[in-house]
Amino acid sequence: MTRTFSEDRDIIKLAILAIGGQGGGVLADWVVHLAEANGYYAQATSVPGVAQRTGATIYYLELVPDKGRTPVLSLMPAPGDVDVVIAAELMEAGRAIMRGLVTPNRTTLIASAHRAYAVSEKMAPGDGIADASKVLDIARQASHRLIAFDMESIATRSGSVISASLFGALAGSRALPFPRESFEETIRAGGKGMEASLKAFSVAFDAVSAPPPPRPGPEAPSVPAMRGPPELLAEYEKLTDALLADLPPGVKSMAMAGLAKVVDFQDLEYGRDYAYRLRKMLALDEDSGGAARDYALTRETAKYLANAMCYDDIIRVADAKTRGSRFARVREEMKASDEQVLTVTEFMHPRLREVLGSLPTGLARWIESKPGLCRILNPLFDRGRHARTDGFAWFSLLYGLAGMRGMRRKLLRHEVESAHIAQWLAEAERLAPRNYDLAVEVIRCRRLIKGYSDTHERGQSKFDRVLSAVPLLEPREDGAQWLKRLREAALLDEEGTALDGALKTVATLEA
Amino acid sequence: MAERSFAKEVQQLKIGAGEEFRGEGILAVTKALLENGVGYVAGYQGAPISHLMDVLADAEDILEELGVHFEASASEAAAAATLAASVHYPIRGAATWKSTVGTNVASDALANLASGGVLGGALIIVGEDYGEGSSIMQERSHAFAMKSQIWLLDPRPNLECIVKAVRDGFELSEASNTPVMLEIRIRSCHLHGRFIARDNQRPAMSLKEALESPRRATERIVLPPASFMHEQEKIKQRWPAAVDFIKSRKLNEFMGDDRGRIGIVMQGGMYNGVIRALQRLGLADLYGDTEVPLYVLNVTYPLIDDEFLSFCKDKDAVLIVEEGQPDYLEQAFGAMLYKAGARTKLTGKGYLPMAGEYTGQVMFDGVSRFFREHAPEYLSDRGRAPNAPPVSYPELAKTVPMRPPGFCTGCPERPIFAAMKLVEKKLGPHHVGADIGCHLFSIMPPFNIGATTMGYGLGPASNSAFNVEAGKRPIAVMGDGGFWHNGLASGVGNAVFNKQDGVVLVVDNHYSAATGGQDILSSRADNKRRSTKHPIEDAIRGLGGTWVKRIDRTYDVGKMRDALTEALTTAEKGPKFIVASSECMLNRQRREKPLVAKAIGDGKRMVKSRFGVDEDVCTGDHACIRLSGCPSLSVKKLDDPLRDDPVAAIDNNCVGCGNCGEVADAAVLCPSFYRADIIHNPNWLDRTLARWRAKFVTWLQARRSARRLALTS
Repeated sequence: MTRTFSEDRDIIKLAILAIGGQGGGVLADWVVHLAEANGYYAQATSVPGVAQRTGATIYYLELVPDKGRTPVLSLMPAPGDVDVVIAAELMEAGRAIMRGLVTPNRTTLIASAHRAYAVSEKMAPGDGIADASKVLDIARQASHRLIAFDMESIATRSGSVISASLFGALAGSRALPFPRESFEETIRAGGKGMEASLKAFSVAFDAVSAPPPPRPGPEAPSVPAMRGPPELLAEYEKLTDALLADLPPGVKSMAMAGLAKVVDFQDLEYGRDYAYRLRKMLALDEDSGGAARDYALTRETAKYLANAMCYDDIIRVADAKTRGSRFARVREEMKASDEQVLTVTEFMHPRLREVLGSLPTGLARWIESKPGLCRILNPLFDRGRHARTDGFAWFSLLYGLAGMRGMRRKLLRHEVESAHIAQWLAEAERLAPRNYDLAVEVIRCRRLIKGYSDTHERGQSKFDRVLSAVPLLEPREDGAQWLKRLREAALLDEEGTALDGALKTVATLEA
Repeated sequence: MAERSFAKEVQQLKIGAGEEFRGEGILAVTKALLENGVGYVAGYQGAPISHLMDVLADAEDILEELGVHFEASASEAAAAATLAASVHYPIRGAATWKSTVGTNVASDALANLASGGVLGGALIIVGEDYGEGSSIMQERSHAFAMKSQIWLLDPRPNLECIVKAVRDGFELSEASNTPVMLEIRIRSCHLHGRFIARDNQRPAMSLKEALESPRRATERIVLPPASFMHEQEKIKQRWPAAVDFIKSRKLNEFMGDDRGRIGIVMQGGMYNGVIRALQRLGLADLYGDTEVPLYVLNVTYPLIDDEFLSFCKDKDAVLIVEEGQPDYLEQAFGAMLYKAGARTKLTGKGYLPMAGEYTGQVMFDGVSRFFREHAPEYLSDRGRAPNAPPVSYPELAKTVPMRPPGFCTGCPERPIFAAMKLVEKKLGPHHVGADIGCHLFSIMPPFNIGATTMGYGLGPASNSAFNVEAGKRPIAVMGDGGFWHNGLASGVGNAVFNKQDGVVLVVDNHYSAATGGQDILSSRADNKRRSTKHPIEDAIRGLGGTWVKRIDRTYDVGKMRDALTEALTTAEKGPKFIVASSECMLNRQRREKPLVAKAIGDGKRMVKSRFGVDEDVCTGDHACIRLSGCPSLSVKKLDDPLRDDPVAAIDNNCVGCGNCGEVADAAVLCPSFYRADIIHNPNWLDRTLARWRAKFVTWLQARRSARRLALTS
């Protein structure tokens, strides 16, 4: 039997997980200086390499009271053997847990709860965003103590970068045996951007003991407020009141949002069309036993019908680009002060097809039927326009286009869209009495149609391909679930590879 | 000028004897070179030794004062060849690079150098890019040491030992007339620690003196019959001399209580990991004091037979801790034990994995198992008990997305690959030979472009076999770094000579960007110590390239797309070269940001651009992201019950490079993007025009809102 040594608990082991470019190195340097200023021996290592180009990076530090003799410290963290883990982004906290660096018996996990989405999350044609709440839940279980709040926005608001607020949270956590003043002294010694860093540090420090309340979620959508001349507002109110009176409670707020959207898109008359179609669907819904299903058919129709009716034509884009509220929003987003001059350049590329859509149906159809003419016209339109919307010429042009709203119902695009909507609603109406859930899913498939030009055509084709499975699914009890799966597959990738696979599966389903 | 400046840190290189140095491993190595009278240093950048090159570049004034010459070599081969100055002259020289990739490139010169031998100390400092954070194939530099007979030092990973290894390395090299390789792992390169400095030394003989009284000796040149003599000399003289030196200077260390009946033999670089495992088992203290017998190989080649055999004497079992494969050390030790008829049980691989990095957990598991099976009496009850399995959270693996490296915000290479994507949509997918450099990120989402990478500057050469009649042409991508490293001859010359009918796209971002933004021949920067501004297209034409197109603003996606399309479809035979030039945004921002801030502060008129997305125009299809992947172009969820999918959004880090707008235009995506130009300190004309425009616009807006219903937002 040999002599055994008690495991040295004097070593403080600290890992920093960051994304390349977040300043993880600055934070590691600060901790080193802080420790050395407090009579500690500090060893820090990192593996930046290629990961510093926006990839996941890790820094590792060991701190131990300096007793004059050089200690032997590890150059990398070991699972189950880390005291403090700092994650500069929520998913990086998740990564730290996956690596085993966070353990319930000892690890203080300091994580910025903000998200920097990975490319894989951003590029999905649908909603590819990872579930943050899942990571937070596990982080709570996995750690001895979890400190998680949005340190990125604290830094931004203070005009600093996240390393400063992370350092503040580290100080606030009291996980290191060093006084607050010493932390602040470290920042001061760094010089550059000191004041802003100290501010971010201080806000984050305080937030550890009193985390800022989470932002109110979208549980209570505010009733959309409409603005305009009093006589039109009065009409609008009549319309909303009448519709509200007819609708079941679960549908009301969605229908109000939908109604507001279509009126904003076109006019009151268009809103009446919307209300008419919705009432029609409600009647069918009631006949099909919708009451037992919370009127899902009407609710989803309220949502997707509004989106379908507000198709993205040139008029809508011109309208959106020329509104006063938009000018104000851009100024605010760009943080332009009153003394600064702001100019705005749009990048537009309408093709002949979109232009034809904005012509009266008869004329547009006539041009369409003359391929030679199209060939001549095409080069006139098919090129990028860099439009200065704050200038006289382009603003006037777009303003004029937006003013074509009055004649929208006579234009080709409206005819095409209206026919499509009618066909889509008819399909749902046909299905509702036989397979209610499938009818609801058919309504939801409208989500697939979005975007402009090629993107729009691709969406339309996905919509058609998904709905092509309806005859097969109609007699099936689980038909709705299959249609949902098809829709989700269609939103996974651009080319529709996942959708093709899913369609093949559906084709092989036993009747 | 490199991405990171060490101008402040290099002041520590001047400190004298007895003063304490605190800083990064790389800086410590530089200091050690100066303390040991190095006469010249050459190298090629690449993680993990990029900073060594940057430190040396930032320290050139200090080096000059000491009479030390520093070369930023064109390649590792050039750096290795520089060591020729130590063949006939008693001048110490050092060369450095990323390994094993750099050693591959350098091996021609290294083999020649090692054959003839050296008079002055020749030290090759390799940054061993192995394990986590590595960007290259996982191999060992050890093989190069063995094949050319270069001694290999693998010191314990702390600054004191690394600094000592530099000193030992030069002396060992001189004592055995053999170049010495000093292996420093990734983490050690970036290790913050301390050591007590010595005074810097001027080189014993200056390069000037050597040049002015040249020497030669035919027997040092690799040509028969000298080459045969060299081999004999290696074995009969240099090897024994090295063994004597290593033993007498006790370069390898014995620790612990040598009476123990088991022991651990390790590469020096593994020492801290082994000690941590022993600390966790209660077998070592904070300072590494332990009773477990340890044999630490600060020199991993050559191995010292009698040191090892005496360590194993009276031991039942030894554990060899040797990271990576093949297990050269274990094989050699096995042979030694067998030949000596020893009965000691040799273990190593098996307890520890044959392949992969020896992380904290791997080391702990391997060492604990060795003790449990061969010396349980060393262990406390806790150590003997099997480990509780760590809790794992499988849901996390499904939720947490991968985060591979990618193009930075505003990177000029992004629009090049966006254009390639657009070409792909028109002309179908092509075979794309990739190269080494930032542009290799194209192989990952969202671009997914590039089939192979065969080495630095070898992208075009990797398409050589496809020089046949076909309906499609091959495309090769190569960076400016790779172009000057190897691509000019192996890529351009090779393509011209063989009349290759393919497309070569040279990405010229004005720097060796992936390695940290060092200057190269075609850099546009003024560099008082180097000759820059040599256009790549002149070099291509000089080699006989005739179809050469240069694009000066890669952000012009339409132009990029058209150039590529033309290159792929033109009737002209032979290689088609496209040089796509725009400055690396990381470096450009670093250069310009302070200047712009100062100008704004001084009241000068300045225009800053940023992009934005109109959230009510964006439909959330993310086609723009699939052609970008820019960190600044992200998504956000709207507080709108009618919307399912998050819309695109651009954050404050946007540098206004223009890619978003150009892509939206070229790919005919959508009209959501806009560029906002903020004029700081506007002049009279700006203000007046803005006032008039605003008047006009608000008048029309008010007119319309008086006649319609609109949502307040």
